[in-house]
Amino acid sequence: MRVHVIEEKCQGHNRCCSLAPELFDVDDYGNAHELNDGVVPAGLEAKAELAAANCPEHAIVIEA
Amino acid sequence: MSHDGPVQSWAEDFDIFDRGFVADPYPVWSELRSGGCPVAHSDRWGGAYMPTRYEDVAAIAHDTEHFSSVQVSVTEQALPDGRHPRTPPITSDPPDHTWARRLLLPFFSPKVVERYEAVTRRLAGELIDRFRADGRADAAADYAQQIPPRIIAEILGIPVERSDEFTEWVRGTLEFGAQDPELREHYRLILVDFFRSTVAQRRAEIDAGRPGQDIITFLLQQHSPDGEPLRDGFAVNVCTLLLVAGIDTTWSSIGSALWHLGQHPEDCARLAADVAAARARGAKPELLPIAVEELLRAYSPVTMARIVKEDVEVAGCPMHAGERVLLTFPAANRDPAVFPDAEKVVIDREVNRHIAFGVGIHRCAGSNLARMEMNVALEEWLARIPDYRLADPAAVTWAGGQVRGPRSLPVEWT
Repeated sequence: MRVHVIEEKCQGHNRCCSLAPELFDVDDYGNAHELNDGVVPAGLEAKAELAAANCPEHAIVIEA
Repeated sequence: MSHDGPVQSWAEDFDIFDRGFVADPYPVWSELRSGGCPVAHSDRWGGAYMPTRYEDVAAIAHDTEHFSSVQVSVTEQALPDGRHPRTPPITSDPPDHTWARRLLLPFFSPKVVERYEAVTRRLAGELIDRFRADGRADAAADYAQQIPPRIIAEILGIPVERSDEFTEWVRGTLEFGAQDPELREHYRLILVDFFRSTVAQRRAEIDAGRPGQDIITFLLQQHSPDGEPLRDGFAVNVCTLLLVAGIDTTWSSIGSALWHLGQHPEDCARLAADVAAARARGAKPELLPIAVEELLRAYSPVTMARIVKEDVEVAGCPMHAGERVLLTFPAANRDPAVFPDAEKVVIDREVNRHIAFGVGIHRCAGSNLARMEMNVALEEWLARIPDYRLADPAAVTWAGGQVRGPRSLPVEWT
């Protein structure tokens, strides 16, 4: 599984980073990006899905 | 249709200041949403629309082509001389909005906000220590309202000991003055005067070669996109925004959360146990942050407003240029099309795409700060007063309009 933050959609709500700090980080402006090239380590799939489901901007894409 | 007086029809004559609506707006939104008129209209305040569905509120918030943010208060046109006080970036559209917002965001990033967690925690503990032995308190006036003004004062580098004055000024502009243009202007001028003198002091420090480290000093050293140094007036307006936006919104959220937990002992006990368990193992609470999001969803305090720039249709409802649209985030967050059991507070609701802080380019710039304050305020309360209840539910009073939260919240414990 991989995750990707669509930069143009992210408005810095910081939900992904709060829910899955292993998978996302934010820059100085609060805008998010995926860590580790978006590769989701085994066992963190549920966190990735939760982060995507809580993003108010629908900015997170999950690739199986 | 009358422009004041009692509401004739919520679909065609809504009034966000109606006392019953302020105390409990949710049935009105639910009926509008399910009754085939998801966008209400009123001739009050020069004409305004009130969408109630998540989909429509989010679409309007994202559509900066048709909806302008030059004024975000539905009553603001009532100003006596017709001026529109500007407090960017909230009252601005792209492209001005874009760079003004970028100036401020680094001061409210999650990592920067973390620096204020310890002082927030200490303050919360001190406030509770003042009334804990009494067995009763006003959880709004004695607690929730005391926290945000002091933290934003820390951030702005203005005297924390004057927080009670800041609170009065902000309530004057947003709450007491919401329907009284002269009173609002009175308080706005107090705020502007205060920040003019504060900005002048910071400017003098810079000119003397002793610049401070605060956000105001930073703003005074920036340039606009065309290379001009930022005017002192810009810093005054931004500071006014930060103080106004940072105070009664967050205290409303903290107050509403304490109101809910004070009458839902099962939720309160679960969260108190979560806090106690976290402290026992020296970790952060696990359930509390999830519950905070749910309480933000269920009791979202803020409704913003936009001006229709050109005629447009939303959900089959024609909207006319010049009229207002309320971004009814609290209604959107109760939409059953998006949230199962939308009217119910489910404190472990994990999938929660709520938009209490707005959505799109005007997402609340202070959302990280507000979340930190809410989590800390509730954690410290539940650690010290795990078992409390409303002393008299009928004595609870609410402020409403565009910021809703309890203003008097008597609670007791043994």
